[in-house]
Amino acid sequence: MNRSSKITWAVALLGWAIALAMFFPIGWMFLTSFKPEIVAVSTPPTIVFSPTLENYSAVLRRADYIAFARHSVAVALGATVLALLLAIPGAYSMAFHPTKRTRDILVWMMSTKMLPAVGVLVPIYLLWRDLHLLDTIFGLIVIDGLSVLPIVVWMLFSFFQEIPSVILEAARMDGATLFGELLRIVVPISGPGILATALLSIILCWNEAFWSLNLTTVKAATLTVFTASFSSPEGLFWAKLSAASTLSIAPILVFGWMSQRQMVRGLSFGGVK
Amino acid sequence: MNDAAVVPNSRRLAPTSLLAPSVTMLLLWMIVPLAMTLWFSIQHYNLLAPGRHAFAGLANYVELLTHRALWIAMGNTLLLLGLILATTVTFGTAFAVLLNAEFPGRQVCRSLVIAPFFVMPTVSALIWKNMLMNPVFGLFPWFTRSLGIGSIEYFSRAPLLSIVAIVSWEWVPFAVLILLPALQSLNPEQVEAARLDGAHGFAIFRHIQLPHLLRPMVVVAMIEMIFLLSLFAEIYVTTGGGPGLASTNLAYLIFREAFFAWDVGLASAGGVLAIILANVASLFLMRMVGRNLQDAR
Repeated sequence: MNRSSKITWAVALLGWAIALAMFFPIGWMFLTSFKPEIVAVSTPPTIVFSPTLENYSAVLRRADYIAFARHSVAVALGATVLALLLAIPGAYSMAFHPTKRTRDILVWMMSTKMLPAVGVLVPIYLLWRDLHLLDTIFGLIVIDGLSVLPIVVWMLFSFFQEIPSVILEAARMDGATLFGELLRIVVPISGPGILATALLSIILCWNEAFWSLNLTTVKAATLTVFTASFSSPEGLFWAKLSAASTLSIAPILVFGWMSQRQMVRGLSFGGVK
Repeated sequence: MNDAAVVPNSRRLAPTSLLAPSVTMLLLWMIVPLAMTLWFSIQHYNLLAPGRHAFAGLANYVELLTHRALWIAMGNTLLLLGLILATTVTFGTAFAVLLNAEFPGRQVCRSLVIAPFFVMPTVSALIWKNMLMNPVFGLFPWFTRSLGIGSIEYFSRAPLLSIVAIVSWEWVPFAVLILLPALQSLNPEQVEAARLDGAHGFAIFRHIQLPHLLRPMVVVAMIEMIFLLSLFAEIYVTTGGGPGLASTNLAYLIFREAFFAWDVGLASAGGVLAIILANVASLFLMRMVGRNLQDAR
């Protein structure tokens, strides 16, 4: 074995060790979700047990879990649709009809994220109370949608910029209206980009915890609120909690793995070329 | 930008008007709550005492700033921010450099490393609190006990560091997600040339990869800072700000003022301080990094 292949093996070993260590908490939770409750809290911890699906069926039988999951789906999808509806025209306008102020507007949009959520918690709570939006799905959709809007605009802007303007000019020659151009040309061409943007938005809204913990209780509470309600130690409940948690994170983990490449562009805001 | 002249089509809407909805919504989303926070912060306004709504001047600020809790919370906020940023950028860089090397299964490793970023914060906090750090049933105490070094109650003895561990685990993947593609965008010829000149290992990292990573590192730090200043769910689930005030940050203090004491005026003043802190911290970060970027040239 020569020196460079030894180095490769050392790197591979280190790489795998780190990867497994980082994934370990998730893997351990996944494993626990198949254990009988007694085994889940046994000391010393064991990895030898007869797996059961009992925890999953117990969780899925609970009406409240299903309701929380439905709220999460509604909020994540609703907020994403809202953000896309607002962002697609805006990003189109800035990408294909830039003005002197386009750059400033983009920077300003991102700077609205510098307003920490906690700084406006009180007014939003009072405003939502007076508008009867507390603990409503719509209320949370508005907040999550506006929170991800800057990121969505930036990401779409970068995807739209890749469309050659010749194509748009040809459509314009044929007398396409502004909306026709947008809906029949820009949206289909950048379909994959819009999908990646939507996935990132869904991930962010699904995992959003600050606003859902503070503004919802029952009627619109999402899975983040549901899991937070288990914060007090309940020793004999871990396996079921693991099953509920696994169900709550699995779809998002898959989305994340699917879109990791495109997501980097959206998250780095042009900082990485 | 001559496209407007190509088709003088009077039926066409002005393209810039399409920008109006997103800009208007964002403007409202920013200005209305900000103005309300500022307004409430100079009012005596407690939801438990309705009707006694009066101008307070700077009384709320004075009360906050002379209270020990605020300074503890400020300190905790900055400590959490600093420790988590340092941990995630350091480990994120190390993991990115490692995953940038060619080895069997690299893609799988990358997917495993970034996985924690996609786990919702409340679930992350619960996994660590219950399954890893629980003093009786947890894996860590079992592990250290079986090594014969005993164990401690993580959340009561080292609440801040416990939270740093959890949050860092969530955000190291984010740093990897940004830094790894940045490394991959480095021109391989540059590395090859350095290698021919006799540089290897650490020298390549120090003089070629690290300078190239500084800008994306800033991006990582800025984005993390925005989220970490409102760090809440992990504290809510694990320590509840305690013991005492040991792990109460500004976000948690405001939450308590608002929803336990229902003091709108005081909580709003806290909110204004949080906004000021965010802007000062980002200026500081930009300055610091700006200087480093110049040095690196």
